[in-house]
Amino acid sequence: MTEHDLPGADDRATRRGREHDPAAHRGPAGTAAGAPAAARLRADWPHLLRRLGKHALLITAGLVMIYPLLWMVASSFKPTALIFRDPSLIPSQLDLGNYTAGWNALAHPFTHYLMNSLVVVAGAVLGNLVSCSMAAYAFARLNFRGRKLWFAVMLMSIMLPIHVVIVPQYVLFSQLDWINTYLPLVVPKLLATDAFFIFLMVQFFRGVPRDLTEAAHIDGAGHARIFLQVMLPLSMPALATTAIFTFIWTWNDFFSQLIFLTDPNMYTVPVALRTFVDSTSDSSWGSLMAMSVVSLIPIFLIFLFGQRYLVRGIATTGLK
Amino acid sequence: MSAIGELAALRRTKAERPKPSPAEQGDNKAALVFLAPWFAGLALITVGPITASLYLSFTDYSLLDAPEWTGLDNYIAMAGDPRLFTSLRVTFTYVFVSVPLQLAAALGLALFLDRGLRGLPIYRSVFYLPSLMGASVAVAILWRRIFGNAGLINQILALFGVEGPGWIAHPDYALGTLIVFNVWTFGSPMVIFLAGLRQIPRHLYEASAIDGAGKARQFRSVTIPLLTPIIFFNLVLQTIFAFQAFTQAFVVSGGTGGPIDSTLFYTLYLYEEGFANLHMGYASAMAWLLLVIIAALTAVNFFASKYWVFYDD
Repeated sequence: MTEHDLPGADDRATRRGREHDPAAHRGPAGTAAGAPAAARLRADWPHLLRRLGKHALLITAGLVMIYPLLWMVASSFKPTALIFRDPSLIPSQLDLGNYTAGWNALAHPFTHYLMNSLVVVAGAVLGNLVSCSMAAYAFARLNFRGRKLWFAVMLMSIMLPIHVVIVPQYVLFSQLDWINTYLPLVVPKLLATDAFFIFLMVQFFRGVPRDLTEAAHIDGAGHARIFLQVMLPLSMPALATTAIFTFIWTWNDFFSQLIFLTDPNMYTVPVALRTFVDSTSDSSWGSLMAMSVVSLIPIFLIFLFGQRYLVRGIATTGLK
Repeated sequence: MSAIGELAALRRTKAERPKPSPAEQGDNKAALVFLAPWFAGLALITVGPITASLYLSFTDYSLLDAPEWTGLDNYIAMAGDPRLFTSLRVTFTYVFVSVPLQLAAALGLALFLDRGLRGLPIYRSVFYLPSLMGASVAVAILWRRIFGNAGLINQILALFGVEGPGWIAHPDYALGTLIVFNVWTFGSPMVIFLAGLRQIPRHLYEASAIDGAGKARQFRSVTIPLLTPIIFFNLVLQTIFAFQAFTQAFVVSGGTGGPIDSTLFYTLYLYEEGFANLHMGYASAMAWLLLVIIAALTAVNFFASKYWVFYDD
């Protein structure tokens, strides 16, 4: 299952869809036989009904799936008292008060936490792009002793739960005096610990025609130049997928940020939201909802504009 | 091929590495440079800590004083810790109920969507969105509001004249809300299934149709066998992910694993012991037990896969 297969696979599926489409089959044949349009329509009724039924089912299921999210957005505009009474999606009054109240409900304005999260995310994305692409180049293109063994180690490390290493990591980072800095969240990324992305890029690099890198080699380019000037420019989709997933994972990551950041000054969005929820009485659920919505906006924007890379990324590696 | 597929393949086949081209012989030095960050990370962030946590698991360590060797004390204490057993029971229930349901939903919808349906990208997006946001604190907060006492679910039930319980406050239902949560995020395995379905060569369907196979027979003899590697991949990964679930339980239960420990995930208890009570030695022993459990389950999965996963290579 490589990245390259997918666009082709897409076309195949569309084509298959058209072949299965009864209208496409019978349309021309029906006309050729001179059958009246009404008869043709009648003949297609069962198909049409079945397809309509299918769509109706899917639309219902889809609505059930995203209703909670839509309701969250709607609730963020409702006065708190209404959140507890009104399951509908259209607020009877539009109220921006939740947003202004929520923005200033914690020790710092919410902008502070957004910026903190952004710093962590930027470091993590940069770290993953550099370190994982380097490791992937070695696994995909270099011939070295023990390659198979190290590759297996890399694959297995994908499945290692963070909880197994978190205690000693905490000890290590606290001895380095890194607690309440962003170093414990960024430095591991610079050391390619998100092996998922190594694997993703290995898959992609394998698909880059060997002729291209070998031509560069014959022209006298070393591995550094081949990597930087041939491989990376050809691998933008894989780099984009890595950047996007790192962004989402780091933005959402709660466990390690909860552990390594205890100073409210350093709080990122997830940790700030958590203190918010702990200090929230029933009366401020509206502003909590509003800030929750704000915290999801970056994810939603990526979902809107980067979906192509997301879908390819999970299809290739099974990322979450 | 997926990561799991590669691992399985490494296990099954002897090394037939692609013949190295002249450009690639003797790259040991270059490999060392390109892999330097990864090697450093492996040593400092992964293998080192795993080893250290094995040592710490035999000590009494509070982070303030030096670790004190206590032999098997932590493990003996674990054997007599009722909360540990509660957390194991909660976690196993969560994993063994939610993962099969999640995969069934993912596979069912993928099969349903696969027949070149118009609007496929839109449906796929809608079903995928929850799994993208599900890991966030924000959605966990939302869950608390949905299943809360006067939450969305009870508001909707009230429209039908039913008075729902306080799902999250009730020890019989709290874990159920988290299971529903995990099932709700079936979007990513679904996308993997969709990609897998597209890998099935069309000529197999054509050939089987010529041989007189009907739709049902094709499903049983072509679709399912060729999909088993993907099912296996999803099963292994989602099981591992489910064991590590933390955010949802932590936020929904307000960090306590309550009511009366009914949502005390193993990870939650580990966090509490290690970082709230500073029982680092005990938490390390717990981490090792988790590692052993996950490794054992994954090994069982791999072993069992010989009997039901079909590899055509």
